[in-house]
Amino acid sequence: MIEVHGLTRRYAERLAVADVSFQVGAGELLALVGDSGSGKTTTLKMINRLVEPDAGRVTIEGRDVASLDPHVLRRSIGYVFQAIGLFPHMTVAQNLAVPLGLLGWSRERIDARVTELLALVELAPGLATRFPAGLSGGEQQRVGVARALAASPHVMLLDEPFGALDPLTRDRVQRSFDGLRRRLGLAAVFVTHDMAEAVMLADRIGVMRAGRLVQIGTPAELARAPVDDDVARLLDTPRRQARLVAERLGGGT
Amino acid sequence: MSGPLSEQLALLPEYLSAHVRLTLAALAAGTLVAVPAGILAHRVRRLEGPVLGVAGIVQTVPALALLAVMVPLLSGLGLPGIGTLPALLALVLYSLLPILRNTVTGLHGLDPAVLEAARGVGMTPSQRLRLVELPLALPVIVAGIRTATAWTVGMATLSTPVGAPSLGNFIFSGLQTRNSAAILTGCVAAAGLALVLDLLVRTIARGCALQRRRPIVLALLGLAALAAWAFAPAPRVARGAVGRTLVVGAKTFTEQYVLAEILAGTVHERAHHGARTLSSLGSTVAFDALRRDEIDLYVDYTGTLWASVMGRTDAGPGRQEMEDALRRWLQDEAGVTLVARLGFENAYCFAVRRETAERLELRTLSDAARHAGELSLASDYEFFARQEWRSVEARYGLAFRDKRTMDPSLLYQAIASGQVDAITAYSSDSRIRTLDLVVLEDEKGAIPPYDAVVLASPRLARESPEVLAALRTLDGAIGIDTMRALNGRVDEGRETPAAAAESFLAVRRKQR
Repeated sequence: MIEVHGLTRRYAERLAVADVSFQVGAGELLALVGDSGSGKTTTLKMINRLVEPDAGRVTIEGRDVASLDPHVLRRSIGYVFQAIGLFPHMTVAQNLAVPLGLLGWSRERIDARVTELLALVELAPGLATRFPAGLSGGEQQRVGVARALAASPHVMLLDEPFGALDPLTRDRVQRSFDGLRRRLGLAAVFVTHDMAEAVMLADRIGVMRAGRLVQIGTPAELARAPVDDDVARLLDTPRRQARLVAERLGGGT
Repeated sequence: MSGPLSEQLALLPEYLSAHVRLTLAALAAGTLVAVPAGILAHRVRRLEGPVLGVAGIVQTVPALALLAVMVPLLSGLGLPGIGTLPALLALVLYSLLPILRNTVTGLHGLDPAVLEAARGVGMTPSQRLRLVELPLALPVIVAGIRTATAWTVGMATLSTPVGAPSLGNFIFSGLQTRNSAAILTGCVAAAGLALVLDLLVRTIARGCALQRRRPIVLALLGLAALAAWAFAPAPRVARGAVGRTLVVGAKTFTEQYVLAEILAGTVHERAHHGARTLSSLGSTVAFDALRRDEIDLYVDYTGTLWASVMGRTDAGPGRQEMEDALRRWLQDEAGVTLVARLGFENAYCFAVRRETAERLELRTLSDAARHAGELSLASDYEFFARQEWRSVEARYGLAFRDKRTMDPSLLYQAIASGQVDAITAYSSDSRIRTLDLVVLEDEKGAIPPYDAVVLASPRLARESPEVLAALRTLDGAIGIDTMRALNGRVDEGRETPAAAAESFLAVRRKQR
């Protein structure tokens, strides 16, 4: 579905992404984890050409993305990021209609799809006429996800999409997203620095450090055979946290 | 008070509609230029500095100077140097900066997340601009248009001296003729217009922000109605006139307003030609306009023509020789006809209070030169730049303690209240006698004669010899006492220039 070969990107003298290669199959979610500055966001943005690579190649469903107009390419890829970026001068319905309008859909078709999308991300139909400023953070991110899904893309790119949400909301939106992407069979690349989130949502995890992809595999593979101590510690974090949480909560018994 | 005020209010539709035309046209053009320029400056960062820099430099030029520069600039390009064009151009230039700056600021200030989302959903650059950037920057851009609106309405009052009628006509002529009703009418109307336009622009902005169509439609209808009213062809008052309507120019003082009305009335009564007056022109603006056929007639003074137009630096020969030389020069060099000598002289003269004259025993300019170090002098805007002043300074060695420049209408007030000791007065002014001022004799003949003469444009001389014949009946018809009395009616009797002119024309009618 998504194939990445030898992606490289330099910013001035600094090598932000160095020779990164991976594949993501249909219906598969790859989480890219690593410290800030490890190159995961840059890697993600080279897939929909928000950033142009200095070297390497990205193909989606067999087509080289460099051969497409960038804006045509992006219309076929769902993109969600932490700041959400809802258009503040448009209502929820108008926000959801934007990608469809760009594809030249008719008014009626757009209206029907907007209703469908609100149901898909479990938002009340009454929110359609509200402006983003009148929504809670969780509602805003659901709208962000719905907008990314509007044109029924086969590929989704998510850049720390739930990082700014409070824990309860975050948990709800995560689970709802997990169900959705399995149901829709999306190929997704998901950038996060939260290992617990990566373990819960991802089919495979890619660990990045200083622009390089140091290891890629299922959570179980990474836990069983980490390539170095850093990866081992990284994979152990959620487990350690879970144990600590269980101990504290179950302390009396 | 109802008398003078209702007189002014009768003029309001004409001046207000002209003002609205200038303002709306300038704002529309300014917006159409500045918004795209702002977008360009935002897109191509290299251009931002130069574009904002040029607009900023234009802004530092004082409004009146910018208008004044337009006159020779346009004339040099072979375009009409007086009238609406220079005023419009200056206003457009002036309206650019606030709109331009706010467009750039509005676009720069957008939330990067929103712009990333716009790219992320697959908008092309132009879609991004149309669907996201402009709508979000609109409140800031409209704030710039509102600033430009206030400036333009205010600055448009300054377009009167370059020959574009506006609410400034009330203010300029009101200041000259000390008519507070006129000044008040002009100021209140300009302020009212600024408020109305601001309300309309603001309503549009608010409608956009709230996505309400109704206020936008209403405000646009309001603007359209205002424009339709202002641009509708005005029903010209037909005074049984034949041929085209002649334009009689007037410089910025009472006597010129009265004489322009007298010329227009004479042309109408004796040659059955329609004529209107175009008042408050700058001194050299009037002559340039005449030689270019932009106005048809006006009254100038031989000494002024000798020095400012012919560029002679000497005091000139005797009265008759100067007139003959001028007549030939005007005809040969400018195609302008000297039609008639009205019969009085309006020379610059130096006047002091009687008390000052007696205390210091001043009778002549030579006397004044001995005491100049103790005296302060006030004059109008142009005198110190004129050849006459250099000539007087050189012949008498006059070195005043202090030299000030002020509006001619304020000179008499300044000397009467003792704020200055001497002024340059105009010999035909009624206030010399009323205020009991002493005119110092120019015994060395440093100041040339200033006989009032009627000048006609090349086109008028070519096309309408009957008009010239009608005007020749004014030769010698206005003596110094007559002119002083007419000036006094306006300056002190608070009559309008038209009413004063009518009193003169009525006497002439009886004599026929």
